[in-house]
Amino acid sequence: MSASETTPVDVAAPAVARATASARANSFAHIRYVLGENPVTLFAALLFAAYALMALFGPLFAPYDPLASDTVRALRPPDWHHWFGTDQLGRDILSRVIVATRIDLGIALASVALVFAAGGLAGLAAGFFGGWVDAVIGRIADTIMAFPLFVLAMGIVAALGNTIPNIVLATAIINFPLYARVARAETLTRREAGFVDAARLSGHRDGALLLLQVLPNIMPIMVVQMSLTMGYAILNAAGLSFIGLGVRPPTAEWGIMVAEGASFIVSGEWWIALFPGATLMLAVFCFNLLGDGLRDIVDPRRRT
Amino acid sequence: MRAVLSRLAGALPTLCGVVLVTFLLTRVLPGDTATYFAGPTASAESIAQIRTALGLDLPLPEQFWRYVVALSHGDLGMSLTTGQPVRTELITRLPASAELTLCALLLAIGIAVPLGVLAAVRQGSLIDHVCRVVTTAGVSLPVFFTGLLLVYVFYFLLGWFPAPLGRLDAFATAPAHVTGFYLIDALLAHDMETFRAAFAQIVLPAVTLALFALAPIARITRASMLAVLGSEFIRTARASGLSGPTVILTYALRNALLPVVTVLGMVFSFLLGANVLVEKVFAWPGIGSFAVEALIASDFAPVQGFVLTMAVLYVLLNLGIDLLNRAIDPRARRGT
Repeated sequence: MSASETTPVDVAAPAVARATASARANSFAHIRYVLGENPVTLFAALLFAAYALMALFGPLFAPYDPLASDTVRALRPPDWHHWFGTDQLGRDILSRVIVATRIDLGIALASVALVFAAGGLAGLAAGFFGGWVDAVIGRIADTIMAFPLFVLAMGIVAALGNTIPNIVLATAIINFPLYARVARAETLTRREAGFVDAARLSGHRDGALLLLQVLPNIMPIMVVQMSLTMGYAILNAAGLSFIGLGVRPPTAEWGIMVAEGASFIVSGEWWIALFPGATLMLAVFCFNLLGDGLRDIVDPRRRT
Repeated sequence: MRAVLSRLAGALPTLCGVVLVTFLLTRVLPGDTATYFAGPTASAESIAQIRTALGLDLPLPEQFWRYVVALSHGDLGMSLTTGQPVRTELITRLPASAELTLCALLLAIGIAVPLGVLAAVRQGSLIDHVCRVVTTAGVSLPVFFTGLLLVYVFYFLLGWFPAPLGRLDAFATAPAHVTGFYLIDALLAHDMETFRAAFAQIVLPAVTLALFALAPIARITRASMLAVLGSEFIRTARASGLSGPTVILTYALRNALLPVVTVLGMVFSFLLGANVLVEKVFAWPGIGSFAVEALIASDFAPVQGFVLTMAVLYVLLNLGIDLLNRAIDPRARRGT
């Protein structure tokens, strides 16, 4: 290779690097602008960090063993030893709430990841190939949408058996149409784009086009979708365990803890249901705010 | 009329899909139906016996055919826990659920539509911020938790409402059965005492459900009001000197309500699901709590019947919303 041949590349490389750097600086500036403009998103991000810490290291923070019962200290209201009080078996509610984070967020995350892969790929294929692929996937999505979603989840868990993997699967199935539709719509608008045509002309096959050209471009929207549906997935899983499906006592899980506290509410022992319920509510709220914030960053046109 | 019929025909494939899915849920997926039906203490012999009795040893297409034939007679199987046909149970319990859901829906619309309209008209004002908080918080609420909070505050602390124990307290007698809706039946019987008792019982569960349904309705009302208020015919109406309320109520709101009617379909999906949780919290004797009891007892026929009933109801509701849309929007009529 002679020096004269490499010259154009050498000239072009810094320009490209500059352009990338400025684009990156731009998007950072945009993110900073959005966070500054909307402190709520910043708050949601901090809250999310707190939940993530509880999920990862919860058992280390928990002041007591979440399963250790102490009937002498049963049904105590919150005090200095037990900040959130104790339940009917004398278990420390604070510890149970903290330890439950991992299982609640874990179920939601697993189901969202599953539907992200399945729904995303199905939508991608439907949008890209059209024809019978689109028709079949559309029919499946329509049939799922014909059920009230929580009711369908109940039916699926009841049929498959009352286990945590089945809760994950059921939550993924009821979210499938949403993901497939978003991925399909986003793919449709990009299928005819110039960069896809260029890649096709340079000899890429359909599969490569889909995975290398279209998929990376619909990724940001799909990630926003994930964040927006995380909250719903948490609510769904907690709702199922509230009615006695999925996670079983004595495991610490927010839905079960609220269900256990339900019978004590009418006699005034509010703390048993309040703390796990509020933690659950705040987690869902956090993911919804975070999803809205992410959407503002990724797709400013859809701001409401 | 023809368009209505074609829309009805369009709902048929969806209904078939629903029946197929409810069938598949029991028969094809892992999990042994005969074991469910036999109960946890059954021996291998009695499980085999039940399998033959239920026709579970037949090839699948034949099983599906039998299922469809039974359905066409309205036969949803027997409930093991109550010993009654599932259909009877569902029919006697359906009015309780319907009354609760409709009350909640009316309440939600009654609050959410004015809130959305005001938020759109006074954009950026205090009420707009209230609307934003309500729409974001509303979708984050676990209904079973808000229900319990309401019980704690309004029953335990304030004592304004009775204990969350069903549709009427133990001392009252149900009004004569006409519609199955206690509120309406009590009024028909001129029994104000029963009406008050039934009303006091339904307030908290209906408010719980309404809080949940409020958010999507308020959000869409605000968005569609904003879109309509920015359009040219509103500018023309204003320029012609029509008063503010006339422009907003007769010109803008009528047009803005179309997307609201459309979004009701999604609201119903939420409501029917949330209904199950709220019925459990308030010991409401509807079909949701029936299904939950059956689920816990591993009694599968009621669950299957419940899922099917809810899905069919939901398909019919969506059909109704579609027809309503067609009735109020000439553009939708021209579409087909």
